[in-house]
Amino acid sequence: MGYDPKDPLKDRITDIGPKDYKEFLPSVIKENYGKWLYHEILEPGVLMHVSETGAKVYTVRVGGCRLMSVTHIREICEISDKHCDGYLRFTTRNNVEFMVDDEAKLKPLMDDLEGREFAGGSKKFPRGGTGAGLTNIVHTQGWIHCHTPAIDASGVVKAVMDELYDDFQDMRFPAQVRISLACCLNMCGAVHCSDIAILGIHRMPPMLDHEHLDNMCEIPLAIAACPTGAIKPATVNGKKSVAVKNEKCMFCGNCYTMCPSMPLADEEGSGVALLVGGKISNRISQPKFSKVVVPFIPNEPPRWPSTVEAIKKILYAYVDDAKKYERLGDWAERIGWERFFEKTELPFTGHLIDDYRFAYTTWRQSTQFKF
Amino acid sequence: MTKRKTPMLDELEKGKWPSFISDMKQEAEAREKTSVDLQTPKECVDDLLGLLELTYVDKVVHWKHGGIVGVFGYGGGVIGRYCDRPDEFPGVRDFHTMRVNQPSSKFYSTEYLRQICELWERRGSGLTNMHGSTGDIILLGTTTPQLEEVFWELTDNLDQDLGGSGSNLRTPSCCIGKARCEFACYDTQAICTDFTMEYQDELHRPAFPYKFKFKFDGCPNGCVASIARSDMSIIGTWRDDIRIDQEAVKAYVGGELKPNGGAHSGRDWGAFDIQKEVVDLCPTGCMGWDGSKLNIDNKECTRCMHCINVMPRALRIGEDTGASILFGAKAPILEGAQMSTLTVPFMKIEEPYEELKDLVEKVWDYWSEEGKNRERLGELMQREGFQKFLEVCELDADPRMIQEPRSNPYIFWKEEDVEGGWDRDIKAFRKKHQK
Repeated sequence: MGYDPKDPLKDRITDIGPKDYKEFLPSVIKENYGKWLYHEILEPGVLMHVSETGAKVYTVRVGGCRLMSVTHIREICEISDKHCDGYLRFTTRNNVEFMVDDEAKLKPLMDDLEGREFAGGSKKFPRGGTGAGLTNIVHTQGWIHCHTPAIDASGVVKAVMDELYDDFQDMRFPAQVRISLACCLNMCGAVHCSDIAILGIHRMPPMLDHEHLDNMCEIPLAIAACPTGAIKPATVNGKKSVAVKNEKCMFCGNCYTMCPSMPLADEEGSGVALLVGGKISNRISQPKFSKVVVPFIPNEPPRWPSTVEAIKKILYAYVDDAKKYERLGDWAERIGWERFFEKTELPFTGHLIDDYRFAYTTWRQSTQFKF
Repeated sequence: MTKRKTPMLDELEKGKWPSFISDMKQEAEAREKTSVDLQTPKECVDDLLGLLELTYVDKVVHWKHGGIVGVFGYGGGVIGRYCDRPDEFPGVRDFHTMRVNQPSSKFYSTEYLRQICELWERRGSGLTNMHGSTGDIILLGTTTPQLEEVFWELTDNLDQDLGGSGSNLRTPSCCIGKARCEFACYDTQAICTDFTMEYQDELHRPAFPYKFKFKFDGCPNGCVASIARSDMSIIGTWRDDIRIDQEAVKAYVGGELKPNGGAHSGRDWGAFDIQKEVVDLCPTGCMGWDGSKLNIDNKECTRCMHCINVMPRALRIGEDTGASILFGAKAPILEGAQMSTLTVPFMKIEEPYEELKDLVEKVWDYWSEEGKNRERLGELMQREGFQKFLEVCELDADPRMIQEPRSNPYIFWKEEDVEGGWDRDIKAFRKKHQK
């Protein structure tokens, strides 16, 4: 039994959707579904949720890599079978959560997780990512498997998290800090509302592969893809192709998405932009977009030191100066963006002034500013 | 040991944070030793490491643009990927992704995960993403002939379907909800699964102008980021009063209970000050503390969650719960990033969710009719205006939907808005008003 290439429709099953989540709930979760009263963070990475029935569930949260091998997943399964009756969950930020229904089961679980290391020496299951601290970075695919990236993803995340490791395991920040990474402007990772966003950008207009463009692309779609109207039809050496008005290009890469003969990525041209101050939660202030505060940092594999340094400057200026409960963006707005650049020691350049849609709403129409 | 020299990548084995390179190397080694009858190139993980090392040297990606592959009858769920150096790295010549629709809020049994591992070790690279940005389990890298094989085994043996990609409904996702959160205003897991099942056709077969995402957040804290990341954001809320346990409030003030559930315990912020930390930070100023009793003027509350987050044992969400429905969020491509706009301030969220599904279908009909190729709903809303969107949704305008009224007076009046209509007689006009 199995798939028969000669008869692909035999026994074909479609449109059955995902597994029913109810099959995967540990019994303490199933029995107390909808009955939770409150929770407490016992220490970084350890949560206790208390139900109206008196039942408690203890959760140990550990950081994980988005990229995960089946060998590693099997190790997670082994730990879960040993301590958690064979259930576990993943969070939206690539953390893994192991749950037990008795406080006595916590320590053996934590000790087991703590002791496990990869052959290279890194921790397999760092505990943390809770409360007013740093949690795992959500990110996109990067060089490992995407076709439009300007930067790597997993490598940058590893470099940043190594440097900020202690704060993953602490809760000393004024509020939670969410760092996200998207390896190009398509933003599969939708980093536009993060406290700190690491974004891959391009700075060179598309190259034009005139030889093959007409065969590879629907030229009208490539032209229509350009938000600034910089692409026109052209005939080059007798072949149908396109021409790009370079000074109108904003390097979004949308043309490349539609046309493989217009690649943008470049060793010198592509790199990192940093955005800060976004949030998603409605807590105290409304959700807000992240703002570009570093327009470009070159790609520096394997450990992206300039990117890591800039993030540390921003993060620790905030941690030292913000009031309790203030998110990074709320802090920047309270002190004023002129002060933000002073305190973070980041240079302010014309690249940081908006000149796209709604740009005017981001300029200052007031005499209220700080010297 | 892996076959290829990867000095750049080896640098990423250092440091304490889990190293994806170490993990890939252990998988490469496992493939080398395994007795499983691998259906994909044994050296694919080695070759992927080699390709990544080359990318670290070149600083430009080595995957070709796209690739049209899929499983029969579906227009999504499989992402074609071919490397541009198959001469050197034949193990990743074709290395396609399959998206597997995750269960609501990502609880798993180890039995199920082991089945996925067994399947993907044999018929794929043994590498995954747990999970992709939208929420799917990502099976990372297999050859073209294996796509149907994997699909057959997923559906026939694991009772498990693929997720969405392309101009489809994307795999819906939700927060942890009532499974383990006291703030959940509706059952996010139940509705997420229900919607995923209801709209299987839209999820698997591209019929939209572009992608469409549902995300279900159980409360205004927004743990799945629906307000930033989904074309339709369903965010839990309530319309009655916050429940107060005055004794527990006193216990927080007296220092017997840890504020914020202990979330700030890594620094000495001094004794808890309810006036400063709760009352004064309330965005509407609707709270008061007289030294023994906390008062909330609930009519003025905008349910930002701050006070509840700070004192979860004293304050609870109301009992008349439901959700706010917002539309149109997206990342910057193309017209700039947008967040969702509040369209239905409050709706009860109860099975079979007919009212919400009616709304979904009205919006989809409109977008399918009027949306341009690759135009997200939020961009269509901007292009044609929010008044038009309200007409489509058959909703009356409400000041809750806006930040502020318009400051420009260029109102697009319609003829039916004006008494007497627009037909006028110039001759009659001239009788009164000479040229």
